[in-house]
Amino acid sequence: MPMIMANRYRILRRVVQVGVLSLFVTGNAWGWKVLQGDLSSSLLFETVPLADPYALLQVFATGTMVAAQALLGGGIVLLFFAAVAGRAFCGWVCPVNIVADLADTVSTAVGGGNRPPWMSRNARYWVLGLSLLLSAWFGIAAFEWISPIGALHRGIIFGMGMGWTSVAAVFLFDVFVVKDGFCGHLCPLGAFYSLAGGWSRVRINHSKGQCTSCMRCIETCPEPQVLPMVGKWDGAVTSGECTNCGRCIEVCPEDAMRFGLRMQSNTQKDPKEVTS
Amino acid sequence: MECGVPSENRLSRESGDPEFPARRAFLIEAGRGIGFAAVGGLVWAGFLDGKKAYPTVLRPPGSVEEERFLAVCTKCGLCVEACPYQALVLAAPGDGRPVGTPYFVMRERPCRMCRDIPCAAICPTGALDTALLSDAGEQGGKALNINKARIGLAVIDRETCIAYWGIQCDACYRMCPVMDKAITVDYARNDRTGKHAILGPVVHSEHCTGCGMCERACVTKKASIFVLPRRIAMGESSDRYIRGWEAGDEMRLEEAPEDTTTVTPRSGKSPTDYLNREDL
Repeated sequence: MPMIMANRYRILRRVVQVGVLSLFVTGNAWGWKVLQGDLSSSLLFETVPLADPYALLQVFATGTMVAAQALLGGGIVLLFFAAVAGRAFCGWVCPVNIVADLADTVSTAVGGGNRPPWMSRNARYWVLGLSLLLSAWFGIAAFEWISPIGALHRGIIFGMGMGWTSVAAVFLFDVFVVKDGFCGHLCPLGAFYSLAGGWSRVRINHSKGQCTSCMRCIETCPEPQVLPMVGKWDGAVTSGECTNCGRCIEVCPEDAMRFGLRMQSNTQKDPKEVTS
Repeated sequence: MECGVPSENRLSRESGDPEFPARRAFLIEAGRGIGFAAVGGLVWAGFLDGKKAYPTVLRPPGSVEEERFLAVCTKCGLCVEACPYQALVLAAPGDGRPVGTPYFVMRERPCRMCRDIPCAAICPTGALDTALLSDAGEQGGKALNINKARIGLAVIDRETCIAYWGIQCDACYRMCPVMDKAITVDYARNDRTGKHAILGPVVHSEHCTGCGMCERACVTKKASIFVLPRRIAMGESSDRYIRGWEAGDEMRLEEAPEDTTTVTPRSGKSPTDYLNREDL
């Protein structure tokens, strides 16, 4: 039981990730009408359209307009993550997260967790900009053509082909080259949701009173730069780069991290900065 | 001004060395970022350039022209799932087709030309456009008409088609869902025997939907009738060659551009120059 409690959000995230993929697989294989399509565009119960807003943004960059249904679907998804869930796509839906978590476990187990970061976490915003530039240049949605996310989830739903190579590349990159390399440094979809999800309601809250500054949350967090308040002040995680994965909540022995809502009161800056 | 040759000491950025101002650190960092993006971008660009080149891919009914299709298709596979005959395939990496986009392999699973065209109807992005497959219906509405599909055009290799050898075969003709319009059989005298007929299939582009049933049906080892995208299979006649025996064909002249002079490097020379040359 303690094992389950210590991994409750990880288990829940796997259930959601595998569940979403399974519904897509049954949609293709057996014609179930729950969720048809894939993570790029889909239909929920044959009525609600969903679409990847970043993929649509790349299509717009080519100078092309999409039909109304895709626009509506992209709007629904963007609204959900921007207003409610933040960058939760990365932690709760994206199948590459499973690969990245596995790579993180492996790399930590072999003692590779403390490598100096030679690549900036801001590289992803360059990749995001570059993807739009290249989309405009070549007239095709640039990231969608090389995306390991697309290769993995389309591979599972429609047939893998050679798609496993880019997934394996992500795994090896994360283990051997840069810790949290793909999801935390390069992925433009993560960058997109970081920018879009910074104002969402669901946020992780930290209470300084219970914190013993053991730093386990920062050690385990795939985006540790989002936790500047740990042991210093009470407040919500305000950075859009937080994936709401809940790892910090699981590892905290003092219950100092919790899921909560974004409030006026808990999103102040560092009180020291405010007063000085 | 700190613009001299940087010493090793100056390159240690953590030291807070007064000789190494933050501005230079920023410039080096920005330069690295730009360089990194340029390297990645060029590799990425080279990859994308190759990805656009698969000219013979056959798209689902109602697909917009290929360049626009590649831009607007988001690779969701809804058309593939909607196909009740599982004829459509979603390209996986390694299939040699633009990855994640739908295509037909006619020899294996041709388009069955469903009347309700579920693949085109479900497309959320407009890469498949039912407006291209619609007739003006009654009461001003629109009615789907799969016969307007232009997936490609069937092309016959007369050298391997056994019907053109003089052996009786009308497999493609019989399988064609637009029978007697898209494929007809031409009767001709068999000069080799002098007493038999050659019953040769002929494809008509104004009716062929490119569904591929003929390619599937063809009895030769490798199909002698096969579907190619129209932009590959068809030529384009010039505006000023007129079929005078067809009523109204000269009307094309009305729309022909005024300027039809072809300019080449030789255009500057006059024929009289050539004829008057002394060494002729």
